Amino acid sequence: METVLTYVIIPFIKIGIVAGVVLLGVAYLTYMERKVLGHIQVRLGPMRVGWHGLLQPIADGLKFVIKEDIIPLRADALIYSIAPLISFIPALLVFSVIPFGPPQAFENLLRWVLPFFLSQAAVENVVKSTVATGGFVADINIGVLLVLSVSSVGILGIILGGWASNSKYPLLGALRSSAQMVSYEVALGFTVLSVLLIPQTLSLVEIVQKQQESGVWYVFLQPVAFVLFFVCGLAETNRNPFDLPEAESELVGGFHTEYSGFRFAIYFLAEYTNMITISAMATILFWGGWLRPFPNVAWLGFLDLVPGFIWFMAKVFVFLYIFIWIRGTLPRLRFDQLMQYGWKVFLPLALANLMVTAAILLLV
Amino acid sequence: MDERTILDAHELEINLGPQHPATHGVLQVKLKLDGERVLDAECVIGYLHRGVEKISENRNYVKCVPYYDRTDYIAAVSNVYGYILGVEKMMEIEVPERAQYIRIMMTEFNRIASHLLWLATHALDIGALTVFLYCFREREEILKLFEALFGARLTTHAFRMGGLWMDLPEGFVDEARKFIDDFPKKVDEYEQLLTNNRIWIDRTKGVGVISGEEAVDFGLSGGVLRGSGVNYDVRKQRPYGGYDRFDFDVPLGDNGDTYDRYLVRVEEMRQSRRIIQQVLDRLPDGPIRGKVPRVLKPPVGEYYSGIESPRGELGYYIVSDGSAVPFRVRIRPPTFINLQALRRLVKGLLVADVIAVIGTLDVVLGEIDR
Repeated sequence: METVLTYVIIPFIKIGIVAGVVLLGVAYLTYMERKVLGHIQVRLGPMRVGWHGLLQPIADGLKFVIKEDIIPLRADALIYSIAPLISFIPALLVFSVIPFGPPQAFENLLRWVLPFFLSQAAVENVVKSTVATGGFVADINIGVLLVLSVSSVGILGIILGGWASNSKYPLLGALRSSAQMVSYEVALGFTVLSVLLIPQTLSLVEIVQKQQESGVWYVFLQPVAFVLFFVCGLAETNRNPFDLPEAESELVGGFHTEYSGFRFAIYFLAEYTNMITISAMATILFWGGWLRPFPNVAWLGFLDLVPGFIWFMAKVFVFLYIFIWIRGTLPRLRFDQLMQYGWKVFLPLALANLMVTAAILLLV
Repeated sequence: MDERTILDAHELEINLGPQHPATHGVLQVKLKLDGERVLDAECVIGYLHRGVEKISENRNYVKCVPYYDRTDYIAAVSNVYGYILGVEKMMEIEVPERAQYIRIMMTEFNRIASHLLWLATHALDIGALTVFLYCFREREEILKLFEALFGARLTTHAFRMGGLWMDLPEGFVDEARKFIDDFPKKVDEYEQLLTNNRIWIDRTKGVGVISGEEAVDFGLSGGVLRGSGVNYDVRKQRPYGGYDRFDFDVPLGDNGDTYDRYLVRVEEMRQSRRIIQQVLDRLPDGPIRGKVPRVLKPPVGEYYSGIESPRGELGYYIVSDGSAVPFRVRIRPPTFINLQALRRLVKGLLVADVIAVIGTLDVVLGEIDR
């Protein structure tokens, strides 16, 4: 009974919560984007549906569902219809290893709830395992690798979608995005690598714990890596100023030009989910995950009253805001310039940063 | 499709437009691409052709006027101004000074509004979302002024033969003054977002370069010509309607690229503001309409009236056979002539640059197709 509870029931509840929170977060990220962009551009953004437009994402979602799902006559129907899912499912899958809170996040809650159903000894058995108490779905020792590899599967969905549409603009968009995402992934990988040298672990939970032990967030040890990571993250998620694959003014809509209805919406969900992933990764790798500011300064202990989840969310929120802020400010790069920046600026910088980090760690 | 590209692949032919968000209307450009590089570009125009010139041959001189509002609808005031100046020249109608001043003021307001729309869409094409809405915020103020004086915002039917339809409404001068006092700050705001922005410079510098000599050969005019460093502004070369009474500079570019054309047009907005300020300071009292015969029957002959519209030299070549109806009105549309440089400008560039170049040419399809 305890085993089933620990390894099946509680994790499933957590998966449900995580999926729900992420999907709701994605929906409201679109709302936040429209609101923030609106205020940057001296207008109000959505105001009509609900109080200050708060129900707008739901209305949008409903609209997408009832729209006609058009599959072009010459398109490869099967690939065309599953391509958005190939983009979206990996984007969501990544959250299985993202730690939202510390390993003992639910211990008190479980200690309070479980005695209604189980004996004291059984409760201790359940609480012992971080699978049950952790503020994450799973803590695996290759978490970082999983995030990087699974999230790059999403590119396939874009390429396939653009190709299967059998139309010129989507094809151009798909070619652009594949080239862009592949080249920026290289630089992104190297920046992540230079961070990993410090804690010497690939588990996302341990990375945060090491930051707690050393008492310093890695952004202060690896500022260059952080900036590179964030910029490459912008490119990875096709966000302005690297939003070439879907450059509206050039390619009409890029790879999703032919898509309509809910399949179109799924592409967007995937993009916004990726934004949250990148923000979450930046938070975990560089800004101490669920840790409060100055995690080892004792007199700031009152900050611990705020649960780790909230710190985590707040940090993610700041990054998401920066994503939107950048979109409201910068024009778009041209494709060749984008590749130049990727291969001639970011990659050498990331490599140099990695070498310097390694050298310092070797000497110290 | 026989031509082979460097990589020995078939070239890709795509239609940019006529339904495309960045071609500023119903312009169709057939692009031949090698990957993303442009091998050739062919403009297909005429989707908005309404036969304005032919219609003019069947209306009397006064009834033609509203049709010219609808050629270059972004600069309706300038367009009507050019035609009315031509007819007034034919009829030798005296225009009172106050009317001349107000006409110049409104034309310059229109120039600012038109340049704002250009900057807004040009920036939007290159991906700067926010500039778009900032520009529209100011353009709205100008359109409100138009509404106050002309009763319409876009197709204004601005001027009448011999002067104006009505005098400035109450409070107009104050509103106009308020606008021009605030305006430099607003232009600074746009420049802050763009002028020194690394990405903006990357996207526009060295893109669509045309030398001054070549620009003259093409017959280009307006900001496109001055961006290449050729000092030609009809307001200075052949002052019309009283422009010689006002001080203003003609900004010139050096390299003839998209960035220079951007700088030139932004500076032109500041210069237009200077002209408006002088008009407001020296606005004389007096009648707003000269003596105009009931039926206009210009003497037999050919006349040309050229003005500097926001897009370049806008000419009206009017032939009169002595009747109340023009024998022929031929419009020299500046953007029609500027657009022919597109093919020359985009060869060898990338698709994204085509969008930037279409933007920098500042085309209005209503005027190109007439």
